[in-house]
Amino acid sequence: MIPELGTFALVLALCLACVQGTLPLVGAFRGNARWIGLARRAAVGQCVFVTLGFGALVHAFVGNDFSVSYVVANSNSHLPVHFRIAGVWGGHEGSVLLWIQMLALWTVAVAAFSRQLPAAVVARVLGVMGLVSIGFLCFLLFTSNPFDRTLPAAADGRDLNPLLQDLGMISHPPILYMGYVGFSVAFAFAIAALLEGRLDAAWARWTRPWTLLAWSFLTLGIFLGSSWAYYELGWGGWWFWDAVENASFMPWLVGTALIHSLSVTEKRDTFKNWTALLAILVFSLSLLGTFLVRSGVLTSVHAFASDPRRGLTILIFLGVVIGGALTLYAWRAPTVGLGGRFALFSRESLLMVNNVILAAAAGTVLLGTLYPLVLDAFELGKISVGPPYFEAVFVPLMVPLLLLAGVGPLVAWKQASVAGVLRRLRWIAAGALLFAAVALGVLKTSWMVALGLALAAWLLLGTAFELAKRLRRQPAGTTWRARLASPPLGYWGMILAHAGAAVFVLGVTLVKGLESASDHSLRVGDSATLGDYRFSFAELRRVDGANYIAARARFDVTRGDAPVATLYPEKRFYVVQQMPMTEAAIDRGLFRDLYVSLGEAGKDGAWVVRVQRKPFMGWVWAGVLLIALGGALAAADRRYRASARRMNRALATGAPAPLPSFVVPLVN
Amino acid sequence: MRRFLLPLGVLFALLMLLGAGLGRDPQAIPSPLVGRPAPAFALAQLELPEKSFGPQDMKGKVWMLNVWASWCSSCRQEHPLLLDLAQRGVVPIVGLDYMDARPEGAKWLAQHGNPYQLSVLDANGKIGIDYGVYGVPETYVIDKLGVVRLKHTGPVTAEVIETKLLPLIKALNRG
Amino acid sequence: MARHHGLLASLLLALPLVAPAQGQPAVARGADAILEQHVHRIAGELRCLVCQNQTIADSQAQLAIDLKNQVREQLAQGASDAQVMDYMVQRYGDFVLYRPPLKGTTGPLWFGPLAMLLAGLAVLWSRLRRQDRPMHDADEEGGIA
Repeated sequence: MIPELGTFALVLALCLACVQGTLPLVGAFRGNARWIGLARRAAVGQCVFVTLGFGALVHAFVGNDFSVSYVVANSNSHLPVHFRIAGVWGGHEGSVLLWIQMLALWTVAVAAFSRQLPAAVVARVLGVMGLVSIGFLCFLLFTSNPFDRTLPAAADGRDLNPLLQDLGMISHPPILYMGYVGFSVAFAFAIAALLEGRLDAAWARWTRPWTLLAWSFLTLGIFLGSSWAYYELGWGGWWFWDAVENASFMPWLVGTALIHSLSVTEKRDTFKNWTALLAILVFSLSLLGTFLVRSGVLTSVHAFASDPRRGLTILIFLGVVIGGALTLYAWRAPTVGLGGRFALFSRESLLMVNNVILAAAAGTVLLGTLYPLVLDAFELGKISVGPPYFEAVFVPLMVPLLLLAGVGPLVAWKQASVAGVLRRLRWIAAGALLFAAVALGVLKTSWMVALGLALAAWLLLGTAFELAKRLRRQPAGTTWRARLASPPLGYWGMILAHAGAAVFVLGVTLVKGLESASDHSLRVGDSATLGDYRFSFAELRRVDGANYIAARARFDVTRGDAPVATLYPEKRFYVVQQMPMTEAAIDRGLFRDLYVSLGEAGKDGAWVVRVQRKPFMGWVWAGVLLIALGGALAAADRRYRASARRMNRALATGAPAPLPSFVVPLVN
Repeated sequence: MRRFLLPLGVLFALLMLLGAGLGRDPQAIPSPLVGRPAPAFALAQLELPEKSFGPQDMKGKVWMLNVWASWCSSCRQEHPLLLDLAQRGVVPIVGLDYMDARPEGAKWLAQHGNPYQLSVLDANGKIGIDYGVYGVPETYVIDKLGVVRLKHTGPVTAEVIETKLLPLIKALNRG
Repeated sequence: MARHHGLLASLLLALPLVAPAQGQPAVARGADAILEQHVHRIAGELRCLVCQNQTIADSQAQLAIDLKNQVREQLAQGASDAQVMDYMVQRYGDFVLYRPPLKGTTGPLWFGPLAMLLAGLAVLWSRLRRQDRPMHDADEEGGIA
């Protein structure tokens, strides 16, 4: 009964989405205030029914309803409750429902937090989001309904994929989808502006907090996926340039370009076409990612069960949405004016160079991900494009970007003097080079590592220098508390994010450059050494989990005579899916991670054990978290909320509402 | 103004590419051995361990090499088709028992039938690597000069036999 | 695949509580350690063909282990990196390499990134130059904005 109600709720949601996606858009075009007002209410209604549908699916999982085929495919009666809930998004159909749920939540958020925007703008934004909802709801209801029944009901489920039975995996998809789907808001704002024919600084200011928030979620989502892979997949890797990882990285790169471009458009009312194009592009990449994961076109550990038929449906949807958006862009963009001017050397121009590099980086990732498909489609053979390629082409692109990030904040808007900036950069450059020299001379690292360290130092020093300059700018006598409170949150967000990037680069450079690993065949009682760490295989014991049996080893790690850690790596065997899983044991430290994982067991009782030492691994995670935090802080900036007061004041004085811009030439 | 149509053009090309990709199998790997001489080996036969066999023994004949194993479940799928093919006497089939032990291999053939003229045992998989074996079962068609003409990965189906293997074998026998 | 899970499962099921015994330290000796690192590096460039996108260094599949042993054997006999890669490509094709070889067909792949960057910078340069020129009244606020 409940599953059928779930389907029914989603059908109602679709109806409301149809209302939300059509009437407000027409109403905004015609000036019909009633239809414009429908947008918010339809959005809330749609969200209510989507949530009911989602709740029905959760209910089916928690209640072990094995008459629902999706529950059978992704759950099991022995599965602990929290994993049963995670199972809701463990497969294709449920993850589409999660997408729809996230979209509904973002839509309601836009509806609630946009009081200061003109009603027609809100109507258009919500209308566009409604159109996207229609697409996804149709996709779900017609091709991927999670509520399809299997009768007679199965005795028990086939269990959730053991790879997904982990706390990290419970949180990774929802957070990641918050990011993917959140970019639909930026997309909707761009479409709304193009429809209205008004692309200006105000539009950029409205779009920016939503974009920052979505970007922050995406950063966090990628972090969760990566850190989960680190301990779950058992070999110490955390980024493989896998097709699905790339599918999340491309929108992140373009999203980063977008938040920087929005800053230029907001401040100087320029490069508006480019910013709008980026907003369309970032959501297109989100949709492309959705396609790649589900269509079977590319091979990946992450991919859902492939189904070319569903792939075709998503592809058509992609074509309609992105094609429509780009057509609108091609039509309207030529009419958008030039806006503010700036000198060849200014912060604006440097930010645009930032955009070019990030766009080229995203293009590179896309090229590498799709190239095997290109060759295959033209019958030119099959190749693999993996980490060696991506590292070879991507890292060089990041070098100028990092250099820019250290310089940019020091350069003035509109027009800056090269000499002045170079003067300020002297000390930063000196510090970075000193760092590199120490690395090469004292630590005896390779020149690649030295370069990475120099770049990280450059960025960190540049950011610190800029912060110091800003804090000192207050009149003498201001207290430190007041100084710290004076720059807006947007500024602190930038500082944190850039510092986070520096920390990340530092971590990655040191881990990649200095990590060490070795494989050993060990029996209980044996030990292995790595550097000055000694890993003693003390004990092996059988553990019975809820739905698995495991061999749990105990490793005593010592350094010299001092005990360092006790690690318990496991090799699990999930009985329902007949699948082995490695649970690595990690001792996380401030300056290094020690990593032990069990490989295969031989018949003679000897286990293949891999031990690794990863210096500064924690800094990689810290850096990413700082970046995410920076984005969130920037989104919370007062100036995105302050305009509410201004708008209300304008309305209160009885000023007439502005005419739609394309009408103006007609009446003049 | 045409530059604003560029993104649409890129999208169109991308959609075409992805659409073409939907029909293809990303896991199907073409073999570099096709068109090259079959790698030489001298392995002990499965049933007669004192006798050895190598591809040079089949020179002058068109033949099929089928890679199988007693632990391979998909091999059981194609086995009846191979028995049928052997019965028809169209082409001699030689088996390569991959990563297996002699008693298990012999027992499996006794249990499920033996379509092979003979089988050789590749216990450590080294010859399999020479032949680019990565998924059992695999089937090769080798011509009279000892050149590999076709490699099929995965169990053969009736369709593959009728549309790909038999026509090729017939053509090779003629030429 | 099934036989490996059978082995693992039976091993786990038959596992008693093992008392710590006196064992040998499995210390990798100097030359062995260097060879292992070399093997690991090469194995990181080769694809495991039976896996969903993994290197043979990381994969625990039987074929991956076999191929890794092949690599080790060859390196121990003094083969060069290129020779080992070549050995694999001869048997499995270019697909087994995670670093695509530079050929006619992969030209756009290897030169594309730089080309994109340069093209983007060129376009940006021409735009910045154009809007940096001294003001013309007509250029200022054109169209609908």
